[in-house]
Amino acid sequence: MTAMWRRVRLILLELAVPAAVVVAWWVWSANADNFYFPPLAEILRTFADTWVFERVGTDVVPSLARLGAGFAIAVAVSIPLGTALGLSTGARRVTEPIVEFVRAIPPPALLPFAILVLGVGDAMKVFVIALVGLWPILLNTIDGVRGVDHTMLETARVYGVRGPERLRRVIWPAALPQIFAGMRTSLSLALILMVISEMVASTSGIGYFILQSERSFDIPEMWSGIVLLGLLGYLLNAAFALVERRVLRWHRGARASALQ
Amino acid sequence: MIDVVDLAKSYGEGERITRAIANVSFSVEAGEFVCVVGPSGCGKTTLLRCMSGLLRPSSGQVLLGGRAIDGPPEQVGFVFQEYSRSLLPWMSVRDNITLPLRHKRMAKAERTRLVEEAVGSVGLTGFIDHFPWELSGGMQQRVAIARALAYQPEILLMDEPFASVDAQTRADLEDLVLQVRTEYGITVVFVTHDIDEAAYLGDRVVVLTSAPTEVQEVLKVDLPSPRDQVETKELPEFAHLRAHIFRAIKRRQA
Repeated sequence: MTAMWRRVRLILLELAVPAAVVVAWWVWSANADNFYFPPLAEILRTFADTWVFERVGTDVVPSLARLGAGFAIAVAVSIPLGTALGLSTGARRVTEPIVEFVRAIPPPALLPFAILVLGVGDAMKVFVIALVGLWPILLNTIDGVRGVDHTMLETARVYGVRGPERLRRVIWPAALPQIFAGMRTSLSLALILMVISEMVASTSGIGYFILQSERSFDIPEMWSGIVLLGLLGYLLNAAFALVERRVLRWHRGARASALQ
Repeated sequence: MIDVVDLAKSYGEGERITRAIANVSFSVEAGEFVCVVGPSGCGKTTLLRCMSGLLRPSSGQVLLGGRAIDGPPEQVGFVFQEYSRSLLPWMSVRDNITLPLRHKRMAKAERTRLVEEAVGSVGLTGFIDHFPWELSGGMQQRVAIARALAYQPEILLMDEPFASVDAQTRADLEDLVLQVRTEYGITVVFVTHDIDEAAYLGDRVVVLTSAPTEVQEVLKVDLPSPRDQVETKELPEFAHLRAHIFRAIKRRQA
């Protein structure tokens, strides 16, 4: 009973705090009369006019498509690569300096190069998003694959579980909690790079819209774009958490029972 | 059936070499239940790992039906001490037991039958679709035993399988092993540090010295079958046997 009451209280608090922030913003901005901070009411009105659903097709869809493509490429490249590196000590040792070097380059620094090679179109943006999203997944996959419990591997050996079967039913599931943690980091990085790449060179997208609004002094429009990004980030993360909860149900169960 | 011939195993190299097993030879006949007992740290587990093909001996060999093994053979099932890490937490009991059968050529119905039969033999029929972490430690080790049984091995190697369960569960599991051994007609090599357990379960007991390990003594156990936790342990022969093993181990340590 007390546990349930605590949960209810936490949920209420979780809702109440953001609501309080919104109310505070609303009240303060209504009378602020500040050009850079227009009243929240006006931002929301602009938000409704702009995003429901006038610019969805022209800006939101292209942005999300780039994000989705970039993220998908990052996942598709880094999981097989990370698995190979995680399984082979030799390959890992050889590639480690390169991995560490490339990883250390701040991703936006690659934008000029990407524009030079791929132009200013979608390919460049997808490339940059994928390149940035790659690292967290790659490193976590390597770590997860390396860290598979020794007894589990010996069990697989004794019972003749090898090759693709071993990969699919033993190694990947064991590494999955870490791979998911990497994917989550990668998703938020992808969102950041989506905005940056659209601000540098673009004719569409949410990042482009925000920058255009700022340049033409449409401050409420600019704010509405920022609010939209916040909402998108929140929803993406929530959707990802939902998938993770389902896929890793066993992981939470096993951990809970180990703690008892 | 299985012959260990002049087996030696050392770890490390040069001056930092550790000799775990100096020289061990013994044989296990088909259908026999052999317990291997020795002081803690005497390389019992190393010996069993060499016998399973998981470890390569430094010298000597393990013969299975007269042929030297090189890697884990199909005829061998293994039960690990660490049951919670040997079962895969993302799979149900059924899937855990089915996994080793996937690469064996058999009809799906036959596979299902083997799995369900093995689960029945260890008394977990109602838990077949549970996850391992939903079960108690003793039940998890039952699942590991069922997995080994469904694999249809000729030889079952067990590495201190009941070292981390409570005393009551342990007695139940000991009787379970004796029962499935008769039911499936398999040969068992059972490593333990518990002298009572070795005397109670085995047809023969191989007593090892501390590291670098050699065979101290091989004892034939002449206790009536079937064994019973109360009656067998009441017998004067049982008391003599465990005292004998105890002295053998103590004498070498002193």
